[in-house]
Amino acid sequence: MANVIAVLEQRDGTLKRVSHEVLTAARTLADAMGGEVHALVIGPSGVSGDGLGDYGADKVFVAADDALALYQSDRYAATAAEIVQGGDYGVVILSATAMGKDLAPRLAARLGCSLATDVTAIQYDGGVVVTRPAYAGKAVYTLKLTGAPSVVSLRPNAVAPQEKAKAGSVEAASAASGPARSTTAEVKQPDSAALDVAEASVVVSGGRGLKEAEHFKLIEDLAAAVGGAVGASRAVVDAGWRSHAEQVGQTGKTVSPSLYFAVGISGAIQHLAGIRTAKVIVAINKDADAPIFKVADYGIVGDLFEIVPRLTEEIKKVKEG
Amino acid sequence: MKIAVCVKRVPDSEARIKIGADKTSIDEGGVKFVLNPYDEYAVEEALKLKEAAGSGEVVIVSVGSEAAQETIRTALAMGADKGVLLKADSVGLDPLPVARALAAELKDGGYDLVLFGKLASDDYSHAVGVMVAELLELPCASAVTKLEIADGKGRAEREIEGGVEVVEFALPAVVTADKGLNEPRYPALRGIMMAKKKPLEVKDAALDAGGIEVVQLTLPAERKEGRIVGEGADAVPALVDALRNEAKVL
Repeated sequence: MANVIAVLEQRDGTLKRVSHEVLTAARTLADAMGGEVHALVIGPSGVSGDGLGDYGADKVFVAADDALALYQSDRYAATAAEIVQGGDYGVVILSATAMGKDLAPRLAARLGCSLATDVTAIQYDGGVVVTRPAYAGKAVYTLKLTGAPSVVSLRPNAVAPQEKAKAGSVEAASAASGPARSTTAEVKQPDSAALDVAEASVVVSGGRGLKEAEHFKLIEDLAAAVGGAVGASRAVVDAGWRSHAEQVGQTGKTVSPSLYFAVGISGAIQHLAGIRTAKVIVAINKDADAPIFKVADYGIVGDLFEIVPRLTEEIKKVKEG
Repeated sequence: MKIAVCVKRVPDSEARIKIGADKTSIDEGGVKFVLNPYDEYAVEEALKLKEAAGSGEVVIVSVGSEAAQETIRTALAMGADKGVLLKADSVGLDPLPVARALAAELKDGGYDLVLFGKLASDDYSHAVGVMVAELLELPCASAVTKLEIADGKGRAEREIEGGVEVVEFALPAVVTADKGLNEPRYPALRGIMMAKKKPLEVKDAALDAGGIEVVQLTLPAERKEGRIVGEGADAVPALVDALRNEAKVL
């Protein structure tokens, strides 16, 4: 029976948290298909594949090379393609991170196979069936992938990691040496502690209701208190208050955190589309008729400049107590 | 510099999406279609590069229905020189057949640079540009927010989680544009008038079926009606209590 291979992502030699999500999805799929889960880790020498058996990996390939510490698209794609072609794989699965979004289509092109990106669910029902939002989250496709293998990228936070003990035996693999058409020279402003809105399990977003860029301090403080990432509405990104990397919604990022705070955001259709798969939405807005309250699980109507500092204090108390 | 920009006709981001009678596609009735917003950044970047070089040609290429001619004309009105429509009655959800059709068109075009939007705002695949680069065996930087081209070389910046990746490559290359790359210009009236006279070639595209079957397209589940916990800062304790004990997310 065909196996499932999870191509994992490391930063500074340490596997990213989303790797466990990808492995969990791969395990569920492989169990339904009657196959094994293999994992592939590409990174600098010293990168470890240990412990992946806890999340369902039967076998772990580690392709270590100091020249592969940063994501080098051509060599990463060549390495992964070689390993996929060398085995019996029905599905190749990655996380739809910045790396996964670039690597998945490279792999699918090299393998000459179909690709479904940013899926929120994947299952096996006589064939691989995925759900993936489209139209910026305003509609959802259910797709059957008929080729083998198929490449699938999984939206961060869409699958909760689950431990499932398997052998996780580690095997060294060779990193492809082929030509590099492009080179990742460096990663600027690296801040590995910074949470990305697309990956964070809690996101605190601010909008025009904050009135001035400086007032985002309130959002940053609340985000720090809940251990979340800072997000922003399109209006404040277009106004130059915040960087595009933080923008949530259409032409920004689609997020699926377990908790989303929308502060001073009225809820334009493009923003709502980007947060639809959040598990719990909290809205704070002075306008009781704002569309954001239609999708929020909990809302407080009133002055955010009074509510947010109080909320930050209360949450700090809870976290400390 | 000879630059190709691949574009797609998509529903306007303000459009309300309704599911069509076939349950596998949207109901296009009453929907306004536009040039994919990410493709606008790609067109703008091509025009800026051509202007900076003082000479060159910007060719717009699209795979789509007859109606995509209007989308190509929008890019021509912004200032591109000519267009090519690879006509296909229906374009499926598998990105590879589309990438193959584009790669076949671009292969012998002598392009120094091929630009795309990083994704199309309808299918959200984030795939076709990168695939075309792979098929043509060209360097590729995707989701780029800054691009410098000089002396036959390129240097691009792309946002990753918690940082900015700097990618270097030699031309010819493929680059896909993210928001932040530039501010796309609006077509001026003169540009719109001139666009009508610019050459637009229409060819039939041979798209293979691909390996993706649409089982259904649905509207996302409505979120359950929430509740207003209260008004003003006094409502904060009740909110925190609900998040802890009811939603269990704190």
